[in-house]
Amino acid sequence: MLDVRGLRKVYSAGNREVEAIKDLTFTVDAGQLVCLVGPSGCGKTTLLRCIAGLLAPTGGQVLVEGRPVAGPPPGMAVVFQEYGRSLFPWMSVRDNVELPLKQKKVPRDRRRQLVADAIGAVGLAGTEGAYPWQLSGGMQQRVAIARAVAYEPSILLMDEPFAAVDAQTRADLEDLVRALWQRLRMTILFVTHDIDEAVYLGQRVLMLSSSPTVVQAELSVDLPAVRDQLHTRADPRFTALRTRVYEQIQAARRGTAAGLSDRIDERLGVDSE
Amino acid sequence: MRWLGAAGLAGLVALVEVIPRVGLVSADYLPPSSRIFAALGDEATDGEFWQAVGDTLIGWAVGLVIAVVAGVVLGILIGAVPLLRAATASTVEFLRPIPSVALIPLAVLLFGTDLGSTLLLVVYASFWQVLIQVLYGVADVDPVADETARSFRFTATARIRYVLWPTALPYVFTGIRLAASVALVLAVTAELVIGSPGLGALIGVAQSSGAVPTMYALIVVTGLLGVAINLAARTVERRALAWHQSVRGEVPA
Amino acid sequence: MKRLALALGLPVVLFVVWFVASYGSESFYVPPLRRILGAFADTWTLERLRTDVLPSLGRLAVGYALAATLGIAVGVAIGAYPRLRAAAEPVLEFFRAIPPPVLVPVIMLFAGIGNGMKVIVIAVGCVWPVLLNTVEGIRAVDGVLSDTARAYGITGVARLRHLLLRGASPQIAAGLRQALSIAIILMVISEMFAASNGLGFAIVQFQRSFAIPEMWSGIILLGLLGFTLSMLFRFVERRALGWYNGLREAQRKGS
Repeated sequence: MLDVRGLRKVYSAGNREVEAIKDLTFTVDAGQLVCLVGPSGCGKTTLLRCIAGLLAPTGGQVLVEGRPVAGPPPGMAVVFQEYGRSLFPWMSVRDNVELPLKQKKVPRDRRRQLVADAIGAVGLAGTEGAYPWQLSGGMQQRVAIARAVAYEPSILLMDEPFAAVDAQTRADLEDLVRALWQRLRMTILFVTHDIDEAVYLGQRVLMLSSSPTVVQAELSVDLPAVRDQLHTRADPRFTALRTRVYEQIQAARRGTAAGLSDRIDERLGVDSE
Repeated sequence: MRWLGAAGLAGLVALVEVIPRVGLVSADYLPPSSRIFAALGDEATDGEFWQAVGDTLIGWAVGLVIAVVAGVVLGILIGAVPLLRAATASTVEFLRPIPSVALIPLAVLLFGTDLGSTLLLVVYASFWQVLIQVLYGVADVDPVADETARSFRFTATARIRYVLWPTALPYVFTGIRLAASVALVLAVTAELVIGSPGLGALIGVAQSSGAVPTMYALIVVTGLLGVAINLAARTVERRALAWHQSVRGEVPA
Repeated sequence: MKRLALALGLPVVLFVVWFVASYGSESFYVPPLRRILGAFADTWTLERLRTDVLPSLGRLAVGYALAATLGIAVGVAIGAYPRLRAAAEPVLEFFRAIPPPVLVPVIMLFAGIGNGMKVIVIAVGCVWPVLLNTVEGIRAVDGVLSDTARAYGITGVARLRHLLLRGASPQIAAGLRQALSIAIILMVISEMFAASNGLGFAIVQFQRSFAIPEMWSGIILLGLLGFTLSMLFRFVERRALGWYNGLREAQRKGS
């Protein structure tokens, strides 16, 4: 579904050149939920924008459904971190969710259906006529998610969508994303700085190094498909996985490879089960 | 990208040079830039021109000062007393949009072609700019800060000095900047229409005597004056408020 | 009830004070208010309104509409291209700084002294705030919102309509408001210069023939006109920018 090959991005500021992304290569298969974690400033947002076709890479290629990305590809929806600035403030909730569908020339009845379903799916039924500034932060982000879902994308990109939301709301939204993913069988690429969130949500976790960024390590999350905030997070396997990821991130921040993780894994392997 | 702006201006000058020469527009109506600049040069050596510039600036400055003082004093007074604010709101809203040019006939009758005519128009128009901004500034005072001052038993004067004034200050500067522009416009307008001394009067003379390049040159001068005043006001504003957090936004006049 | 009393209180008081203070006025230039009111009723008959005020308003409307359309259209074009904007900005700021009434003699050269001249004067004079504010408004459209629109394939005319124009509308409205005041000023001035009808023309005629109470009545009418147009504008603005007012309120409360 998504194929990133040798992605490279260099910013030039004046006569200085900054290599934000050095060489990113990974794939995401259809229907997977993959999380990207990395230290601050490692270019997660740059990567996402390159994949979304909003930013042209300096080198390498991004292929979505086999086709190279040269601009925002159809069939892709993005949920940004700054929900307040990504919703159109002069449109109601319903109009916000409906706009991309109008653009896609979806016939009116189908449009209405999709909009109503999406708003219901994120738990905002009844707020269709409200304006974004009348809603709380969590609700605004739900609107953004509803808009993405209604669009019926084949791949959904989420750029640290819950970073600016309070912890309890974040927990609800995380569960919402998993529920939507399982119901609609979308492909989701979820970027976050929150390690716990990455492990809780993902089937795979890709860990990025610090700038110039490469994929440092990858982890398969072998937690059960049915997860909940209370029990999953208390599961020892969860702790092992998150520790592994944390280790990698720390190493990435220090700029060294992490050979320590193997020893920790051994130790924890004795405790889990 | 800085040079792009200069290039734009150069392009304008070039355009005005070419269009009348090519014949798109008669040179009687739009003289080429070179002729306008020549007329400008002539004016610059003419004592009468500089006298007029001085007259315009005097009318502008005196009117502006009067308007600012009146606007700030009344603004703080009205703004600080809720009852006054509520009672005067309708009057302010009614008087404010009255075009100052409506006063031209009155000015002519009262002051003829003296500086007084200019001042009447300048003060009337500029006053409202300052007053409105000061009222917004006073309204922007953080009630928590005010209550804190009260709880420490600050007198009214102290509250005005330590709470109200710092909050209102950025708005005062915005008001001064807006008033400065308006004051120039009205000063030149008064001179043009009424004939009181200044650049506007010179423009009127140039027009009635058919000295077209001179007329354009004088207009260019007023434009440059306007730009200079605007830049000066913004610089003063920035320097004076360098310490102030730039959280406040300008309230459109 | 109290609100009504507060709104009307001071105006009524001022009116009464003016009336009483000028009752026995012998001054030539400041006649008693009662005479002004009498002159008002006598002068501004329906007939007069039609022959003088209507043409003024008509020219104002056409000139203003022209300025608004041109200002927004050109403003959008310039605002969308950063290089064009950088090149054009000093030129535009220069033109904006020229006191608009000064353009009247210039435009009289080109357009004579008829209706066309007045409309052109109004249009040329008040286009600058609209243009510059539109440029600024387009420039300041939120980057995240713009990216969102691009990501969802909202391009071309749809982008112009849904993103750029709506996003810039508060700034454009501010520009239109400034343009309205300038338009009214130019309407009056152009008529004072060269006209055969119009409100400005009438007032100047009264002044020249020393018909003082009539002159005052004209000034008052002009004031009423300015006030009414301003109220009208605010009414329309509040309806169109309801979302913006709500947003600002929410931000101020620190939500």
